[in-house]
Amino acid sequence: MSETLLAPAPVLTKPPPPRDGAFTMQDFKSDIKPIWCPGCGDYSVLTALAKALAELGRPREQVALISGIGCSSRLPAYTSVYGFHGVHGRALALATGVKLARPDLTVIAAGGDGDGLSIGGNHFLHACRRNVDMTYILMDNQVYGMTKGQASPTTAPDWCEGKLTPEGPGIAPVAPLRLALAAGVSFFARGFAGNPNELARLIVAGITHPGFAVIHVLSPCVTFRPEQRAWKQAVHPLEGAPATDLATAMARFAADDGFTTGIFYACAAPPFMPERKRTKQASDFAKRFLVEI
Amino acid sequence: MYSEQRDRAQRDTASAGIAGAAAPALAETVSLAIVGSGGAGAMRAGEILLDVAAKAGFFGLMSRAMGPQIRGGEAAALLRLASVPVSSPDDHFDLLIALDWANFSRFAAELPLSSTSLVLADPDEGPVPAEITESGARIATLAMKALARKVPGGRVNMIALGGAAALIGLPTALLTAALARQFGGKDEAVQAANAAAVALGIEAAAGLPPVRRLTAPPPVAGPRWNISGNQATGLGALAGGVGFVAAYPITPATEVLEWLAPALAETGGILVQAEDELAAVNMVIGASFAGTPALTATSGPGLALMSEALGLAVASETPIVVVDVMRGGPSTGIPTKSEQTDLDIAVHGLHGDAPHLVLAPNSIGDCLFTTQWAVGLAETLQTPAIVLSDQALGQSRAIIAPPPTAPALPGRLIASASAAGEGKGYQRYALTESGVSPMAIPGTPGMTYVADGLEHTPRGVPSAQAADHDAQLAKRARKLTTFDYGPAWADISGEEGAEVAILTWGSATGPAREAVQRARRAGRAVRLISLRLLLPARPAALAAALAGVRRVLVVEQSAGRQFHKFLRANYDLPGEVAVFNRPGPLPIRPAEILARLASWE
Repeated sequence: MSETLLAPAPVLTKPPPPRDGAFTMQDFKSDIKPIWCPGCGDYSVLTALAKALAELGRPREQVALISGIGCSSRLPAYTSVYGFHGVHGRALALATGVKLARPDLTVIAAGGDGDGLSIGGNHFLHACRRNVDMTYILMDNQVYGMTKGQASPTTAPDWCEGKLTPEGPGIAPVAPLRLALAAGVSFFARGFAGNPNELARLIVAGITHPGFAVIHVLSPCVTFRPEQRAWKQAVHPLEGAPATDLATAMARFAADDGFTTGIFYACAAPPFMPERKRTKQASDFAKRFLVEI
Repeated sequence: MYSEQRDRAQRDTASAGIAGAAAPALAETVSLAIVGSGGAGAMRAGEILLDVAAKAGFFGLMSRAMGPQIRGGEAAALLRLASVPVSSPDDHFDLLIALDWANFSRFAAELPLSSTSLVLADPDEGPVPAEITESGARIATLAMKALARKVPGGRVNMIALGGAAALIGLPTALLTAALARQFGGKDEAVQAANAAAVALGIEAAAGLPPVRRLTAPPPVAGPRWNISGNQATGLGALAGGVGFVAAYPITPATEVLEWLAPALAETGGILVQAEDELAAVNMVIGASFAGTPALTATSGPGLALMSEALGLAVASETPIVVVDVMRGGPSTGIPTKSEQTDLDIAVHGLHGDAPHLVLAPNSIGDCLFTTQWAVGLAETLQTPAIVLSDQALGQSRAIIAPPPTAPALPGRLIASASAAGEGKGYQRYALTESGVSPMAIPGTPGMTYVADGLEHTPRGVPSAQAADHDAQLAKRARKLTTFDYGPAWADISGEEGAEVAILTWGSATGPAREAVQRARRAGRAVRLISLRLLLPARPAALAAALAGVRRVLVVEQSAGRQFHKFLRANYDLPGEVAVFNRPGPLPIRPAEILARLASWE
């Protein structure tokens, strides 16, 4: 058993150099018409992402955009990069597999508050602590839109419009920033879909950050949460540079009204990437089982 | 000497009242069990015996009976040593050595004894349990504790090791050399204590009643391997080209992962410990999408958690391999013991119409072949493959001839960089004649696409239209049904033209194989068909293999007859069909199959 053993293909560990200025925003959009409702915040997230990728000058075949299920998880089809629209809640696991297998790719995961914080909550927790070098665009509209308006993990306890919870969910919402900090995230920013230029800058910062970067995006659902149109007046920029220590970041969380936008936290932490060696092949291992007489 | 032993073997089977003298046990083999409480060293003694037998030119099989305790439970090393290859436990044990009787009753049922069996009991460990005395086995005392006390640092398992080796006829020189290998890293006092204790055991054996001894090994045994099923599975993954594994620990699959972790690290791949099985299988899908052949290993509960993602791999046409080392179920069931009861979920557990591959190794060595073949098939056909191993294969160790490797397959059909206009021309899910469509790997310019679990057009754009669903369902089915799997779909042995056939799969194949050998010695013709490829079913191939057969005995380790139901759903079986089945954890023994065949005569 030696000749028939195949060796896996070599793995590129570094991305090719960016081609600055070679791309426009339109290069990163596809010709497929989104299923989103008119006025959905996710249109602006798509624009901000395309803008960010153009700014980064990353060739589109070098980018993988991975999502789960939900309105916002439809994002990959509307871009021109490699994409994977997987199952509900598992975008971060799927993206982790892509990045660990192919460190040369720029990997971005995207999805909604239900996908990422409810059914996929465990993966969010472990993605924060694993710190794989990828970016997570978490589009938060505090509602399940695709299934027509149920409370999500970020919905306020007294929101009574959801038919499954007519008296309101009655439980405290998840605060993504607090959860991410507690889980050991190394980068956390919040943007607003109504401000795509700022959001594009945050996405660029997230992709550039060496490690797992969470971009929490307030992305209104005008169909099931029309009151979110008022978010435009509620958002306000964070004052000061990104915190680099947990105490300052936690203090910022404590002072946050949920509408502060900017980079809350960015710390230097080694990204998870197991070292690869190619010193042996399968036939070398086969020899170890031979009984020596 | 040889004939005397054969006579004794014939008496053994006759006295056990199974199958009669017409179908003797293989006289060239000796079965022994070393039992004790966890930590007493029964497993270590068993491993050394297997090692010595291998060096002496014998073949062998060692399984283990373990309780659920992490430390301090019950443990038994169950060995069968032979001058011929063996793939099954024997009908009973020739020799049982009890280091102590703690918790013995928990696994007494797994240690069948006959009137010719010899049981060695330590008088310091209290009375011999009723299960032993009621078996009719011969009982002798070996004062292991007292002997061990004579040596500073002496251990009872080393006394037992020396006694066992001497009783069954393993060469002392090889035993000494094996001890040096096993304990070479320890300090000299430990080495000396073990050597002295083993010597006392050998000395004590001279005064003990005889048991069946090993006949001479074949003059040229040829190269042999000492390997466990879980290791063979790991090697098969590596040989198949797997470069990425993500998994969550679970008994009895963990050794596959423990073996692969360092092996992958040295061959350019990686193993990731995931947060749960949902993450593991999705990471594997992601890695494969990115171009790296990928695999995960789990057991029944983990396979249940992975079933949604298996549907994703089918729909998105992403090749992955999921190894399920089966254990007793349902639910947590019996994690440390074997059962063939995940066939239903492997075949039917996916939602939607989801054609996929299901394969099963049928011996410890075959774990290599079948896993390697599964990787190749999954890659070639761009679909998930489930490999159903089980605890009896995975956690058992064997001395075997070097196992064959799987046939070379085309592997993944990769779409190369498009010369045409970027992006728009490439159809990831193109409707090809074979059903297999060229797959672009991220990084390839001009070929970007979105893999999708939503039904889609050939280009990969989500679609809810009937025509797209029909076309994609048909393509995904076609690629599996029209592929030429060659002769490896089943192992077919035994007599051509026999009117009786045994139809079985997985670890139940071992005892069936021996039953067919014994039947042949007794002048009875039986054909054996062990299905390696369970999905897709091969009705025409099985019909040809069953030509001339009037009676079929289905053999499986499942109370619910999952394999029999699978056969009825997918195959037309000729003539009279009977089922010999039982749940785990008790293994099926050759004489039981022979007895069932004999009832037809």
